[in-house]
Amino acid sequence: MPVVMDADRISRTITRIAHEIVERGRPLDEYALVGVRSRGVPIARRIAAAVHQIAGVQLPVGSLDITLYRDDLMRYPVGPQPVVRRTDIPFSIDDRRLLLVDDVLYTGRTVRAALDALIDFGRPRSIHLVVLVDRGHRELPIRADYVGKNLPTSERESVQVRLQEIDGIDEVVVEGGEA
Amino acid sequence: MSTTTAVTTLRSRHLLSIADLSAEEIVLLLDTADAMKEIAARPIKKVPTLRGRTIVNLFYEPSTRTRTSFEIAEKRLSADTLSISVATSSVVKGETLVDTALNLEAMQPDMIVMRHASSGAHHLLTRVCKSHVINAGDGMHEHPTQALLDAYTIREKTGRIGGLKVAIVGDLLHSRVLRSDVLLLGKLGAEVWACAPPTLIPPGLDALGVRVTTSVEEAVRDADVVMMLRIQLERMQGNFFPSLREYFNVFGMTRERVRLAKPGAIIMHPGPMNRGVEIASDVADGPASVILEQVTNGVAVRMAVLYLLAGGEDERA
Repeated sequence: MPVVMDADRISRTITRIAHEIVERGRPLDEYALVGVRSRGVPIARRIAAAVHQIAGVQLPVGSLDITLYRDDLMRYPVGPQPVVRRTDIPFSIDDRRLLLVDDVLYTGRTVRAALDALIDFGRPRSIHLVVLVDRGHRELPIRADYVGKNLPTSERESVQVRLQEIDGIDEVVVEGGEA
Repeated sequence: MSTTTAVTTLRSRHLLSIADLSAEEIVLLLDTADAMKEIAARPIKKVPTLRGRTIVNLFYEPSTRTRTSFEIAEKRLSADTLSISVATSSVVKGETLVDTALNLEAMQPDMIVMRHASSGAHHLLTRVCKSHVINAGDGMHEHPTQALLDAYTIREKTGRIGGLKVAIVGDLLHSRVLRSDVLLLGKLGAEVWACAPPTLIPPGLDALGVRVTTSVEEAVRDADVVMMLRIQLERMQGNFFPSLREYFNVFGMTRERVRLAKPGAIIMHPGPMNRGVEIASDVADGPASVILEQVTNGVAVRMAVLYLLAGGEDERA
């Protein structure tokens, strides 16, 4: 179970992404972060804190649950519904430059659902995608604008991002795929 | 992965009664309703979740609140819906429930929401239909979504349900809401008091774990929640009390009686209200009243029910 990013690496990566946002983002106060539940939310908060430290600007942070927009809902013959959690975007996204934040970019289906969900909240000026890990294997025409780490994987493997806020530890591990 | 052991699904594919639900399933429904409630605050109050699903609302008894609430919940989840009021349907030509159900079933709806005067009608429907069946009130038996929205409102306002004293005052005899509320609040650990004139107390109520009293003061004293039930004049064929005026004088919820409850206690009523009979107008419209919030929450709770039941669609196939 190789650890591909440890706590230190994750922290430096988030700081680097924050620097990129500050460099490219002007004017910075038009920006806001929206994290995809569940692990995109703490990552978005950490990026906001890093941006604040670098530029002195506090970007608003929202959290988005995409469950009700999934394209695989109720497509399985048997099985429970995924648990829906609360979406909380405490600011208007109209004319904002949004940074959509998730932990892993894989097929792109979560991002597709997130884009549909965001459009129901208003009309942002732009949406850029921020991910901690891009593991490839896209099934939709979606790409990330800010990538923490490109991680070549096989489809048999799974990438687990664990964060202090949720899992009590900061690490990214690749599991499975030995077969 | 999360280490929570809470349930994430309902065992039944129908919602017929609170009696069928476990405490964990009730909490799942309330938590899901919490997520659904936010949708109403969006500029576009709609999610695509039940696209392509057809839901029939079949109402054999009059209803404004419940039917409208279900319809809005269905539309917010993008289901296709149609509502049948029996007054304008073939039932007035003598069609039986089973025939009506079989004919509806032939048009392949995914869910049927039904209100019916008979307690067994929904079980009958589940035997002849493949659709998910939701009980929107069956005679004097149960009204599960009302109890869920009551519990949601109590939890939202007080932060908990376990350990609260809940006083329910009014027509206990004819109330399906009472039965569902008592079962639900009991499962979540509330202390439920029920109060009515002796003629309106159903036999065996204390066997459900309810403290039964004819003293409204005793019921309301130190309560966290005071819930009134409507005096159901349409179901009363006989003299249950001398007059509406006398009922109000002895059992009506007045400001003076509300003062016996805990400071900050909330006032609830499932509607429709008889002002000046079971509740004084200044109490119904007062700062402690959450009666209209119950209505708002009803939509979120029904969205949660529809969403959770819609899973595991083709297990019947």
